[in-house]
Amino acid sequence: MAECHPVGFQWVMEAKARGAKIIHVDPRFTRTSALADIHVPLRAGTDIAFLGGIINYVLSHDKYFREYVVAYTNAGTILTEEYRDTEDLEGVFSGLDVDERTYDFHTWQYEGMEVQAASGHRDLEYQDKAGGKNGKPGSRHLRQSGRGEAHGSGGVAITGTPQVDPTLQHPRCVFQVLKRHYARYTPEMVSDICGVPVDTFRQICELLADNSGRERTSAFVYSVGWTQHTVGVQYIRTAAVLQQLLGNIGRPGGGIMALRGHASIQGSTDIPTLFNLLPGYIPMPHAHSNEDLDAFIEAESPKKGYWAEMRAYTVSLLKSWWGPAATPDNDFCFDYLPRLTGSHSTYETVMAQLAGDCKGYFLMGENPAVGSANAKMQRLGMANLEWLVVRDFSLIESATWWKDGPEIESGELKPEDIGTEVFFLPAAAHTEKDGSFTNTQRMLQWHHQAVEPGGDARSDLWFTFHLGRIIREKLASSTDEMDRPILDLTWDYPTKASIAEPEAEAVLAEINGWDSEGAPLTSYEQLNDDGSTACGCWIYCGVYTNGVNQAARRKPAMLQDWVAKEWGWAWPANRRILYNRASADPDGKPWSERKALVWWDADKAKWTGHDTPDFSAAKSPHYRPPTGATGAEALSGVDPFVMQADGKSWLFVPAGLTDGPLPAHYEPQESPVTNLLYRQQRNPVRQITAMVHPNDRFEPSGAEPGADVFPYVCSTYRIAEHHTAGGMTRFQPYLAELAPEFFCEVSPELAAERGLEHAGWATIITARAAIEARVMVTERITPLTVQGKRIHHVGLPYHWGHSGLATGDPANELTHLSLDPNVHIQEVKVLACDIQPGRRPRGRARDALVEQYQRRAGITEQTGTEV
Amino acid sequence: MAPVDVEIGRRPDVNTDPATQGGYSDHPPRMGFFTDTSVCIGCKACEVACKEWNAIPEDGLVFTGMSMDNSQGLGASTWRHVAFIEQRKPIAAQDPGVPHDGDTDFRWLMASDVCKHCTHAACLDVCPTGSLFRTEFGTVVVQEDICNGCGYCIPACPYGVIDQRKGDGRAWKCTLCYDRLSVGQEPACAKSCPTNSIQFGPLDELRERADARLARLHDAGVSDARLYGRDPDDGVGGDGAFFLLLDEPEVYGLPPDPVVTTRDLPSMWKHVAAAAVTLVGGALAAFAAGRRI
Repeated sequence: MAECHPVGFQWVMEAKARGAKIIHVDPRFTRTSALADIHVPLRAGTDIAFLGGIINYVLSHDKYFREYVVAYTNAGTILTEEYRDTEDLEGVFSGLDVDERTYDFHTWQYEGMEVQAASGHRDLEYQDKAGGKNGKPGSRHLRQSGRGEAHGSGGVAITGTPQVDPTLQHPRCVFQVLKRHYARYTPEMVSDICGVPVDTFRQICELLADNSGRERTSAFVYSVGWTQHTVGVQYIRTAAVLQQLLGNIGRPGGGIMALRGHASIQGSTDIPTLFNLLPGYIPMPHAHSNEDLDAFIEAESPKKGYWAEMRAYTVSLLKSWWGPAATPDNDFCFDYLPRLTGSHSTYETVMAQLAGDCKGYFLMGENPAVGSANAKMQRLGMANLEWLVVRDFSLIESATWWKDGPEIESGELKPEDIGTEVFFLPAAAHTEKDGSFTNTQRMLQWHHQAVEPGGDARSDLWFTFHLGRIIREKLASSTDEMDRPILDLTWDYPTKASIAEPEAEAVLAEINGWDSEGAPLTSYEQLNDDGSTACGCWIYCGVYTNGVNQAARRKPAMLQDWVAKEWGWAWPANRRILYNRASADPDGKPWSERKALVWWDADKAKWTGHDTPDFSAAKSPHYRPPTGATGAEALSGVDPFVMQADGKSWLFVPAGLTDGPLPAHYEPQESPVTNLLYRQQRNPVRQITAMVHPNDRFEPSGAEPGADVFPYVCSTYRIAEHHTAGGMTRFQPYLAELAPEFFCEVSPELAAERGLEHAGWATIITARAAIEARVMVTERITPLTVQGKRIHHVGLPYHWGHSGLATGDPANELTHLSLDPNVHIQEVKVLACDIQPGRRPRGRARDALVEQYQRRAGITEQTGTEV
Repeated sequence: MAPVDVEIGRRPDVNTDPATQGGYSDHPPRMGFFTDTSVCIGCKACEVACKEWNAIPEDGLVFTGMSMDNSQGLGASTWRHVAFIEQRKPIAAQDPGVPHDGDTDFRWLMASDVCKHCTHAACLDVCPTGSLFRTEFGTVVVQEDICNGCGYCIPACPYGVIDQRKGDGRAWKCTLCYDRLSVGQEPACAKSCPTNSIQFGPLDELRERADARLARLHDAGVSDARLYGRDPDDGVGGDGAFFLLLDEPEVYGLPPDPVVTTRDLPSMWKHVAAAAVTLVGGALAAFAAGRRI
């Protein structure tokens, strides 16, 4: 965190000054470790084993917060008899379809309930057609098209009433399943897998458990490194299971903080740049499977909880986009929405480029030629486009690969043979435009323009608005039905200054929404499904209450209470802690005075407290829903998790995940060791994007012959000096000089083993590529003992490329396209590699070196692709 | 034998306050930095903010291999510098988790260095042009439009801070953001420091804060913690920018016992004068003697 989020780290330091214990778990000793109380290095890719071990400790030592767990989680919920755990099936869950490489999750359900499958009713005939075209099995193609993120603001659809055993004794209740599932995650097992000494592990277990309960809470903070695995979503899930058991959700000082790669990634998920979501986590409709609005709502929304109002959110969104053109008669222009035909994640887009299906590409503040996994595949994809638009501050590698990229240097590509027309448009920086950032706690903070952008630089808002304006002008006389969605858009933002910059606040007002009179809305509870309200993102409704930009509020902390509700604005409804009903006990009293946040005021018959209660204000803790109730009314007074259809937080996930209802440790795609926990080596349903592509070969793992050719664990990461793929930093002299060259970090022990010289050069090789780096021999990296073997890490900051002032090989030449199946994120935090002293070969000899390694390891197109 | 114009060994009062001594009759309190290296996270925001605000040129794209330090030290074009020191030593009860050859001790020290703005500033004493001057805040500033590049100040600095810029010839160093102070703003480095490792304020307050912080660290078992440049009785009369360190000053590249290099100048001049008097006297005596002859 101190490396990648130094400004946010001030709060960790403040907590430390007040007595908080800081535990840092990371393979490398970083700036964060330097200030932590305990640093625990573990083998990259083993976090589920580590956290699973803590879960086992908490369960087997009765350290869980029993009252919280019984009342607020699905611990007592009884599962169907059909469910089979990894315990029963040697490391896989019931429903695995080996041919399709997917799970059918219908056996993961609650007893007596119908769980709305997250990827829903699909048109099989259509799937076969669409899938066949790309040579992929149809249902897998659609299954992977992504529903994992579709519930970022809540749960998936389930109907019925679950059977609950409040004693947690029923052998099929979630609690007992959980207990059995994690029983094998013993301290000795954790030590053997992670390389963490048993004593250290026990100490962490005790610290965490002792600092959780009525009086105390513990928070988890992770950066995206936790997600970048073939089991990335399950990493976070393991932390969620643990935090639920310890009663650390919905309470002050608890939670799981996602520190993401850029300033407003949370914002770009809420109002998404993702292919499978509409604003406010409304799922993107699938082609053919959601014929009209009613069918879409029926298929995608639950009957209970706040998601039951999805029709109001969706209609208000459609009204916001298409205004007067959206009427009840035309389904509010629901047919104007694009439809998904499968997964269109960034990596599938690369495959579509290589296949010639994707012909144009916008890169706005993104540098995939350096920053995305298997950078070569990214460049080859871009070389197969008709046009490419790059908007950035500098001429990043993604704008210049066609004339000076590695393939040009090696002679593999020639500029004159590349047909891609490349447009470069300079972008304005955040200081040169108005706008908002949404941080990890869902808080929007407005930033005001400080200076006009220089030269031709323009904001993304300017570019998008004027691009739309010009396209609409060009289509103005069109009578083609296909052009109606563009022509009917409300696209009338006021502009200012000589460059005609759209007013960002006008966009915020539209996102907030208005009623039929045009008056700003104050709460998403005002949204209607009859077209009388418009709202660009239902969860942001209220950010422009009374026509005032609430995100721009900057009342200093010393002038308000500790919750500081008048600094910025947090969705939903300016709540600072989500699901904060859980900060009070079932009767509505705070679990402890020390940790009081919201509570039930019996005299006034309403919820009150420091924060905005995340609960129906007048719903008594003793309210129980009548039979047949729907929506929010169907949740009882002890159901804090109001976005979930059952009002409970989920230790066990009956639907919504593609790779298992409980996290299980699998070895990464590439690992020098075998999985000690299960016979199943890797996540069976990991997404292998580029099946049998010659530029994306995998390495053998564990006991497979040839695995010893790549004996070291390699991890890519960031350092404080640079930002992600370097577009914002490597071109800035003051930042470039701080870390001017690509380097690798190795322990003195590995340096001795391989003859690496400090400040000299090394070549790092995987089955994809060979790169060179300056060598940093440092005691901050230590060898770990795993299964009796000494395991070395090779650390690779991934910021560099061939352009700019600070240069070097991109670490992403080494990485591959085996992805997490839920959210299609790349596994770049752990690979297996070799390292040798000296610089890499040039030109074709570089490829020859990689081919030689592939031959030595016996790598074929099948290697590492089995289920 | 105390020098006449450099007073050592006395607590600062009206007579030793550098701004008062500099001729300001009505001036704000002495301002300075307290850099608490025990909370430095080595983010280098201070280095960058300093360069950005003061428009200092980039000075070398060199991978040094010196831990995460590639700017190497203070110089004409680096007015804040973060040192990174990897040591096989413990830090209180911290468990670093990186054993090597059975040795489990390890710590990574980070410290942001800067011009010390000495109470007795030799650079200022030796400057022949008046380019270096004492501000009303008690800080020492070099004026780029007056400096003639003579370079006398460079060997005069006991810390090796002030430096001549290549291709320019003039001497440059931290101004404690004199332009920002003049309009009530804190220096750029302190403003950008996320963990309050760099604290800016009236020196008296900073000294109190530092004493309290030191006591707290000692209570917490960080017995290595010590203040550097805090003491008005030291060889430079105390620093306007002082530090909390976790090891000997030498570990951070700081002199253990800095002494204002002009301390002995008055006595040297007295000796020179005495020698001159002796010589002249001798000559006169010779003449006188000659007359007698």
